[in-house]
Amino acid sequence: MTSALAFDLALAALVLAIATLTIAAREAMSAVISFIAYGLLLSLAWVRLRAPDVALTEAAIGAGVTGLLLLGAAATIGHRQAGAAPPLALMLAAGLACALVASGLAATTLVLLPEPAPTLAPPAMASLATTGLGNPVTAVLFVYRALDTLLEKVVLVLALLGVWSLAPDRVWGGVARLGPDAPPRAMLVFLAQLLPPVGMLIAIYMFWTGADHPGGAFQGGAILAAMWLIVLTARLADMPATSHPGLRLLVLAGPMLFAAIGFAGWALADAFLAYPEGYAKPLIILAEAGLTLSIAATLACLVAGPATRTPPP
Amino acid sequence: MTIFAACAALLMGLGLFGLITNPQPLRKIVAFNILGSGVFLLFGIVARRGAAAGVGADPVPQALVITGIVVAFAATAMAVALLLRLFADRGDTRLDHESAAGTEPARDDCRPP
Repeated sequence: MTSALAFDLALAALVLAIATLTIAAREAMSAVISFIAYGLLLSLAWVRLRAPDVALTEAAIGAGVTGLLLLGAAATIGHRQAGAAPPLALMLAAGLACALVASGLAATTLVLLPEPAPTLAPPAMASLATTGLGNPVTAVLFVYRALDTLLEKVVLVLALLGVWSLAPDRVWGGVARLGPDAPPRAMLVFLAQLLPPVGMLIAIYMFWTGADHPGGAFQGGAILAAMWLIVLTARLADMPATSHPGLRLLVLAGPMLFAAIGFAGWALADAFLAYPEGYAKPLIILAEAGLTLSIAATLACLVAGPATRTPPP
Repeated sequence: MTIFAACAALLMGLGLFGLITNPQPLRKIVAFNILGSGVFLLFGIVARRGAAAGVGADPVPQALVITGIVVAFAATAMAVALLLRLFADRGDTRLDHESAAGTEPARDDCRPP
């Protein structure tokens, strides 16, 4: 047994154990904390699958931002959760059904996947030189399947619209509450002063390097969002009201810029979201810069949730 | 790779089990995320199998998963916001019908400001 195989086995066993712990935990809070550990371990599995871009996204968004969102929810309602466990017979039936589903999926993934494996890697790599990019994943996201990426940004904005719409009428356009009402601890304030300069630098690097190496707008945006959230949680800055025009512009700027570049493709190149020859990379970097800022603002607002207080006068 | 393929299948089974059996909505959301990450991991296997032309994994499924993780987060944020609104109005998060019939939800929105 090679050391790589031993590592993979140990990692898979650990991921499964922590997933079981997450499902079986008694308290909602301990389930959420296990879920964060699970996400971070899963990102190691993504590294082992040679997908560092996905690993960064999983660690930043799957574990980090989702974890923060769930932590906030568990802190609010965790100890007030009602509902008895279902009867044993139902548990057994569900367990049996899920075991069947899992073994069917295992059989499919281990045996029935086509051989040789279908792949789009050769055509993706063949056209990479024309895009000026070095990272094929970024090329898929911003050149070959740019429409998917544009629509995904729209999904984020729609989700934010949905979340903001859940505010009661009397606080419409107000300020979201983030973190506990108690004054922040000194340690949190210290970290909130120490981390953001470093984190912002890493976020900008992550966005910039995404063109040629693992990274990109999503990962950079998620780190930027985390830095803003830690400053807000430590009460070093105030959350802007959801009716603040600057905040709304920030959320919309990235998708609108990307869409504008897409429409310009009709005039300058020959199709929607096509880039004129030789200008692909600068245009992609421009779109990514706007998207990084918009993703950061949108993710942070999604974590903060709907308004709970009336807007300041 | 086969190890992670089996891992992905088991994660989907585990997530589905939690989604069905856990009565607490917040725990259902967490289980749903585990189910989703199992599906994403399956895409990772497909990508890794498609390694060719000098890259370690097919970039197309990788890009799909990155999009998927972000959309899963958006759905989770929406679900958590709905749950917190339910909690703010009712004082609990029960989804079963008896509790809904027993207590009148606070309809503060309907009052004129």
